[in-house]
Amino acid sequence: MTLEFTLASARDALRSRRISSRELTQAHLASIAALDPKLHAFITVTPDLALAQADAADAALGRGEAGPLTGLPVAIKDVFCTKGVKTTAASKILEPFVPPYESTVTSNMLRDGAVFLGKLNLDEFAMGSATTNSAFGATINPWQRQDSDVALVPGGSSGGSAAAVASGMALAATGTDTGGSIRQPASYCGIVGIKPTYGRCSRYGIVAFASSLDQAGPFGRTVEDTAILLGSMAGHDPKDSTSVPRAVPDFVAAAKRGVKGLKIGVPREYRAEGMPAEIEALWAQGLDWLRQQGAEIVDVSLPHTKYGLATYYIVAPAEASSNLARYDGVRYGLRVPANDLKDLYEETRAAGFGKEVRRRILMGTYVLSAGYYDAYYLKAQKVRALILKDFTEVFTKVDALLTPTAPSAAFAIGENADDPVKMYLNDIFTVPASMAGVPGMSVPAGLDAHGLPLGLQVLGRHFDEETVFAVGAALEKAAGFTGLPQIRMGEGA
Amino acid sequence: MSYIIEGRTGPWELVIGLEVHAQVVSNAKLFSGASATYGGEPNAQVSFIDAGFPGMLPVINGECVAQAVRTGLGLNAEINLVSRFDRKNYFYADLPQGYQISQFAHPIVGKGIVDIELESGEVRHIGVTRLHLEQDAGKSMHDQHPAESFIDLNRAGVALMEIVSEPDMRSPEEAGAYLRKLRTILRYLGTCDGNMEEGSMRADVNVSVRKAGEEFRTRCEIKNVNSVRFVMQAIEVEARRQVEIWESGASVDQETRLYDPARSETRSMRSKEDAHDYRYFPDPDLLPLVIEQAWVDQLAAMLPELPDAKKARFISDYGIPAYDARVLVMEQASADFYETLAKGRDGKAASNWMLGDFFAGLNRLGKGIETSPISAATLGGLLDLIADATINGKIAKEVLEAMMETGESAAAIVEAKGLKQVTDTGAIDAAVDAVLAANPDKLAEYKSGKEKLFGFFVGQVMKAMAGKGNPALVNEAIKRKL
Amino acid sequence: MASSSSPLDPAVVRRIARLARIRLADEDVAQLQTELGSIIGWIEQLDEVDVSGVDPLANIGAASMTLRDDVVTDGDQVDAVLANAPARSGPFFTVPKVVE
Repeated sequence: MTLEFTLASARDALRSRRISSRELTQAHLASIAALDPKLHAFITVTPDLALAQADAADAALGRGEAGPLTGLPVAIKDVFCTKGVKTTAASKILEPFVPPYESTVTSNMLRDGAVFLGKLNLDEFAMGSATTNSAFGATINPWQRQDSDVALVPGGSSGGSAAAVASGMALAATGTDTGGSIRQPASYCGIVGIKPTYGRCSRYGIVAFASSLDQAGPFGRTVEDTAILLGSMAGHDPKDSTSVPRAVPDFVAAAKRGVKGLKIGVPREYRAEGMPAEIEALWAQGLDWLRQQGAEIVDVSLPHTKYGLATYYIVAPAEASSNLARYDGVRYGLRVPANDLKDLYEETRAAGFGKEVRRRILMGTYVLSAGYYDAYYLKAQKVRALILKDFTEVFTKVDALLTPTAPSAAFAIGENADDPVKMYLNDIFTVPASMAGVPGMSVPAGLDAHGLPLGLQVLGRHFDEETVFAVGAALEKAAGFTGLPQIRMGEGA
Repeated sequence: MSYIIEGRTGPWELVIGLEVHAQVVSNAKLFSGASATYGGEPNAQVSFIDAGFPGMLPVINGECVAQAVRTGLGLNAEINLVSRFDRKNYFYADLPQGYQISQFAHPIVGKGIVDIELESGEVRHIGVTRLHLEQDAGKSMHDQHPAESFIDLNRAGVALMEIVSEPDMRSPEEAGAYLRKLRTILRYLGTCDGNMEEGSMRADVNVSVRKAGEEFRTRCEIKNVNSVRFVMQAIEVEARRQVEIWESGASVDQETRLYDPARSETRSMRSKEDAHDYRYFPDPDLLPLVIEQAWVDQLAAMLPELPDAKKARFISDYGIPAYDARVLVMEQASADFYETLAKGRDGKAASNWMLGDFFAGLNRLGKGIETSPISAATLGGLLDLIADATINGKIAKEVLEAMMETGESAAAIVEAKGLKQVTDTGAIDAAVDAVLAANPDKLAEYKSGKEKLFGFFVGQVMKAMAGKGNPALVNEAIKRKL
Repeated sequence: MASSSSPLDPAVVRRIARLARIRLADEDVAQLQTELGSIIGWIEQLDEVDVSGVDPLANIGAASMTLRDDVVTDGDQVDAVLANAPARSGPFFTVPKVVE
């Protein structure tokens, strides 16, 4: 029954007492019990906590005190610190870590009455595009090719979040997006995901990957669901200096605005060489849908966008190399005993970090080290300034941009694994918006030749998620995407 | 005048620069809400931010910024309205984040100047290169266990100001005077308590030597020296070491060294293998620190009078010698004490009494000005009794001693001990007559020309009057009767 | 920018691993040399971007920081601070003895 509900419809059912939060939560826990052994979307499931929260929610609903999320079972990417519940970032180095504090985003959701089912799998420290870099095993995409049951990746790094929501193990989920980690898995799993503007959600209590890029955002099965959840997650937080003091708009209302009179830009540089014809066709279809609903389509140029990915792979590893220095075996987490401090550091960090994380720490250390800083890091910061300028200029002409979310549908586990650069190319369309800090949403728009979902990406101005929601909802309406993954409750479960 | 080391190959000049780390006076830490006070229970003044927990973020304490600005103003320095924080990356057990947040490329305070006065009275201008804000590290204790070091993070994250001087000093004396002057300024401003024993002020000392007229030679940095005396000693010892190396035909290596006061030597701190590469880059958890000129002006308007200005004012307003003024302004407390004492009284007499018998009395009691048994007003009472001739200077010394012991007012002691000066000319005349009558031989000698016996008669009269005779009246009476 | 013709030599890989405090096995050095080398080769496409006169961008979003009040709001939580410690002695974290 879990897939019959959206976050919005479940909320209405709870408020009209057609169902209790306990029933809804039990149904989701049953889905997890049935599906997660196959999908491995969860690192930690917290059934007792969830049921206790559900009972509290039912009591609140009984008193007529319903908050925006009261009684709704959702799940949390395992980079959000949750007080008293293990938070691992899918890394061995944090495996034993139990935070004595709650992240601001999850605090906001608890304030609004949410029920937490557990903590979701990801690429270790959110570094990856396939959720194959988890120290606790890969997450499997609930979608399969029509002609094959080969296990596909759910995308990454928030692959556990996307898989859980797509398969009906949670009504919605949180994710984080540093270079595409919400939008790309949303596209691969046929659901909606939005990375809001940098500074919209607090980063307090989120295990950091790259501080100048990391943003939290929601996954849902509909645009409206992500609007509801983002409304709860977002908000200024004095505990995060980069959080911006702005009121949170009514995203749900914004999603109903329509696109009439909006100018939608088509950045010509996104027509990457070798883009599959079906993705190109879907993109054209998406533009057509918007035109039909009254939007004006405008060709635009983001000349530095093609350098986004290379810039990202300097800036993000540089920040990560510093952010991950705290995992040293002294105050929390894994420790490999040694006779001197240097050995303790080196052995602990060698044992605690997986290969991709190690690669990025070393890459980041390299680009910041004496003699290379100007050539790589400083240069990347200047190119980043040019990328931002591109977006700023384009947004004086158009209200939003439409692009494909990813250059392909979900690929098989093991594909792209031999060459890090090949893997990095999955983020080619999502990274530029991260570099510029603008909001971006992926909306499922169609299926590829193998029956796998493909998403379109909507980008908006800084702090104009409202327009992004409006455009996303228009695409959703036109696409009428009703596909369901093969691995879900009632099917193969 | 200049300080020189005589080597075998001739005289060597010293070049000295200081990097002073001064702990900012604030309630809370630079980037967390944990207490910044000294001496809490181990790890009790630690937030999860200070301990570098996952997802914890720094948020800057505005008062620490204000303190840095006040200090910059006190050092006559440029205030940078836009500054930035960088991360200095290195691993150490008491550095929880694996980096120190500091201001590397864009400090909050730029070039400034500190005037120092040497024993000779010569004034020298020492350039300040910059002042920046940064976090302190925690504390490692190595003597608690045979195989382990213990880590206390109470100090981790406390705000420090690093004040970097130009290589403008040329002798240990200048370095000592600079450090003392800096300490005085910081204490006046209330931006650092200057307590070197508790580590709230520490200096890294850069030393090199050269022949007259040469460019700078390679310098060594002596880390974490924690007293003025040790700074001066370390400079001397290190300079001699360098002279020996150069004169042996070898070269000084640029390195970090430690001063060992017990053995009176400096020694190398780190092996080459661990050569540092701090990988500074802008801290992405923080935004630029932007302050308004109007706010700087407001802070400037509220600055206390600083020692140089106060000294000049003491000299002109109270007519005291420069030396007295310099000693009086060294500590805000003594300057304040003096000013209360001198107000409405003879400034010169006030400084004489304060720097003389009063300070001597404090010394004897082992007390400082803050713990003085008598207040400035009480001491002023003594000066008033001298001024209105209730007591004479000699008796006053005796009264002050009693005041320091009992804390009582001068008037009460004079009253109780009956030390009031005798101004009754009848009584004085009687005493003079008695002395002259008792010493006919001396009187004869005096009259035959031995005029220096005058002093003898004064002494005898004062003795007969138990010291209480008004000296002027006694003198006058003797003169008349002789 | 660093010349793309200069390969990332093993000594550099070892040096950055030492800086990052990650122990590498000998066979890892060769592999990382290849992998990092190919990433570096790829990012050197930035060579073709003209950035003269461009100010580096470190942060997106707000232009400056808000200053916090100087109030003690945190601390006094020794147990919580030490609860996750892999090794401790009383109220202290412990590490193998550091010889200075």
